[in-house]
Amino acid sequence: MGLTKEQLLARLQELQIVFSQYEHPVVLTVEAQDKKQRFYIVSALAETKVDLKVLSQRLGLGKGGLRMAPEEALAEILQVPLGCVTPFALVNDSARNVSLLLDQGFKSQECCFFHPLSNDMSIALNARDLDKFLNSIGKTPAYVDLEANPTVGKDQPPDLANLVPSDAAVLAVPVEKQGSSQGSEKIHISVNNQQNAVTGYICRMHHNDTFRPKLSSRNLLFVHCCDGQSMVLMCIVDLSLASKAVKPSNASSTKEKSSGAASSSISYADTDKFVEEILEKTKSIVLSEIKEENAEKYREQLATLVSNNISKLGVELKNIATIFKNTAYTEGFKAGIHHQPKRT
Amino acid sequence: MEQKTQEEDQIVTPWEVAAEKGGKIDYDKLIDKFGCQRLDQSLIDRVARLTGRPPHVFLRRGVFFAHRDFSDVLDAYERGEKFYLYTGRGPSSEALHLGHLVPFMFTKYLQDAFKVPLVIQLTDDEKCMWKNLTVEESQRLARENAKDIIACGFDVSRTFIFSDFDYVGGTEASTCNLDYFSDVSIYFQEIFKMHTTIKCDMDPAGLWFCMVLLFEISPVSCHTCASSAFTVEIIVQFLLQEHGQDCKVVGIFGFSGEDHIGKVSFPPVQVDMLLAAPSFPSSFPHLFSGKDSLRCLIPCAIDQDPYFRMTRDVAPRLGYHKPALIESSFFPALQGETGKMSASDPNSAIYVTDSAKDIKNKVNRYAFSGGQDSIENHRKYGANLEVDIPVKYLGFFLDDDAELEHIRTEYGAGRMLTGEVKKRLIEVLTELVERHRRARAAVTDEMVDAFMAVRPLPNMFS
Repeated sequence: MGLTKEQLLARLQELQIVFSQYEHPVVLTVEAQDKKQRFYIVSALAETKVDLKVLSQRLGLGKGGLRMAPEEALAEILQVPLGCVTPFALVNDSARNVSLLLDQGFKSQECCFFHPLSNDMSIALNARDLDKFLNSIGKTPAYVDLEANPTVGKDQPPDLANLVPSDAAVLAVPVEKQGSSQGSEKIHISVNNQQNAVTGYICRMHHNDTFRPKLSSRNLLFVHCCDGQSMVLMCIVDLSLASKAVKPSNASSTKEKSSGAASSSISYADTDKFVEEILEKTKSIVLSEIKEENAEKYREQLATLVSNNISKLGVELKNIATIFKNTAYTEGFKAGIHHQPKRT
Repeated sequence: MEQKTQEEDQIVTPWEVAAEKGGKIDYDKLIDKFGCQRLDQSLIDRVARLTGRPPHVFLRRGVFFAHRDFSDVLDAYERGEKFYLYTGRGPSSEALHLGHLVPFMFTKYLQDAFKVPLVIQLTDDEKCMWKNLTVEESQRLARENAKDIIACGFDVSRTFIFSDFDYVGGTEASTCNLDYFSDVSIYFQEIFKMHTTIKCDMDPAGLWFCMVLLFEISPVSCHTCASSAFTVEIIVQFLLQEHGQDCKVVGIFGFSGEDHIGKVSFPPVQVDMLLAAPSFPSSFPHLFSGKDSLRCLIPCAIDQDPYFRMTRDVAPRLGYHKPALIESSFFPALQGETGKMSASDPNSAIYVTDSAKDIKNKVNRYAFSGGQDSIENHRKYGANLEVDIPVKYLGFFLDDDAELEHIRTEYGAGRMLTGEVKKRLIEVLTELVERHRRARAAVTDEMVDAFMAVRPLPNMFS
């Protein structure tokens, strides 16, 4: 039997990991399809776009390597109830061969919400503390840029290959194959409590799907995928709860209405995202140019070559910067026209 | 009514563009006929020097190839006198194609390179009148087009977008409706009737344009018939005085001498009532008050030249600098250099809403190839670069001069095949459209409001 929620919380406290907890009743069902034995949990931020095909290649599993996992695997390997996929499940011994991929975006967030082995509660803690916990159970946290799409070919080995678990877990109950599903099915379940309504979407995805969790301001998205060679269990972490944690419920409901329209423009003027994107693009140029063969070919000029290529990036970056500026100006303009002048 | 010039070779008017006997447009002849000047290499170098950055690809490749008074603008710029940019679009449909983007891409470059403000006019009134749209529909289209224009990357702190219905004339605009325009037009038709005795061969279009021009600029309110008549009288006298029998107006719009004023039927021309006003800084008091000597530079396609010639004639009499023009050649349709792209044929153009698959399909199937009909012949004779569309498009959108030169050499010699050229073009276009789509997704209605708000632009020259 796996750890219970209480035991996990106790363990966290022992490690002096600070977290806050919220109670809520939740019931989620999951459907998935599975063929084999190697398992991964991929934990991603709500806005991160994860392409299973790309991940599959990066893990060295070929293009169709990752697919949804069945609920039996949840129960057996992770020992958590349905709808409760969480990195914390790795505390169980049965999950020792599950590989964990964490969205590197967690590191920049103040805290993230996870289920503590039971989906009637979420706890918030930050990435450092998650690491602390993972280290304590002998797991090394692997932060990955889930959106990156590096070319994988004979010269470029899959960059996440080291994350493939060495031993396959054995399922006591083999699962019969299901016909592959085309497209995705969404089952919407929502639950309310006073402060944090949690809405869950379950998607059954074809392995060709790139999915992007579609959220309104308060969602948790669980996706399970499986494929010919590996199973992926996914839990997407909802961040918005963190920011609204202490707001009274009436304020949070108005936010829900406006956040739909506003959220898209907000992300275009988000300083963090802006800088991240610039750095990502620059890094990818640098990384692609600094290679063994280029080092020989260009030798001393390699630095100049890289530098020139980065300069060419200038045009693209200026475009992004203009979008940023226009968005920020628009926000100010909107605020200005709604500004209530002081009464004299 | 047919519109032909004296020589029957090629036809270039604001309403029709046709090459000579299915060949290509002779731009040298056009420059001679219109009387504008070539944008030569020395000017391009000067631009590079003044702006401290490489000249835009459209300058390097001769896309923008003609001008009027651009060197005066540069002289003034060197002395520290800035200018403002003015361009526009008639929002006739929601779909924008790459040909529409060309002037905006170039204008963005000018804005960034010279660090000057820009006014963008959306002539929703013109389209409303001529395409029988309701005012609301016309305004909605204008806003949709504005989003695509903003997506070209204009700087909101230096750009003012306005639609004729919303902005022009103050009180007149706010009560503007279709009836107003048709009343005016009917009124002017009556005026025409009264002036059938004028000897000078002033064509209805020209007279109409002049009247409209002064109608808008004149501080006299033109609501009443009396004052309108007064204005018209002034214009007619002015023209008679200036031009007498030799009315220049005839030549500009391509009307022949026979068309006489007695023809009350409204000429099928798209006259923009307000094309002239934005060329004068006084039209934007919230931006340029007190700056009556501010010059205006208008990037446009060369077929718009006639509209602005009239404005240039009138400007000195009103005490303003003549607006300068910088003019582009036509963006060819996918099927070949027979004229302009047409919004009515979706396969004649690549639209900004096309998917990567659409682009690939359109280029592969419809782009007119200058290659030979068989591979052997192609290897032997090479491709005809004069008519090949993929190479032409690359000339517009492939920034790397060296790579373009390489493609032209290899393809022209027959060593490179059409398929390869098309493949490269597809890459370039897909990237362009993708970038545009991404930028377009970032444009919200609030952003359009911000661009269109009548507000000061304190940093427009910095």
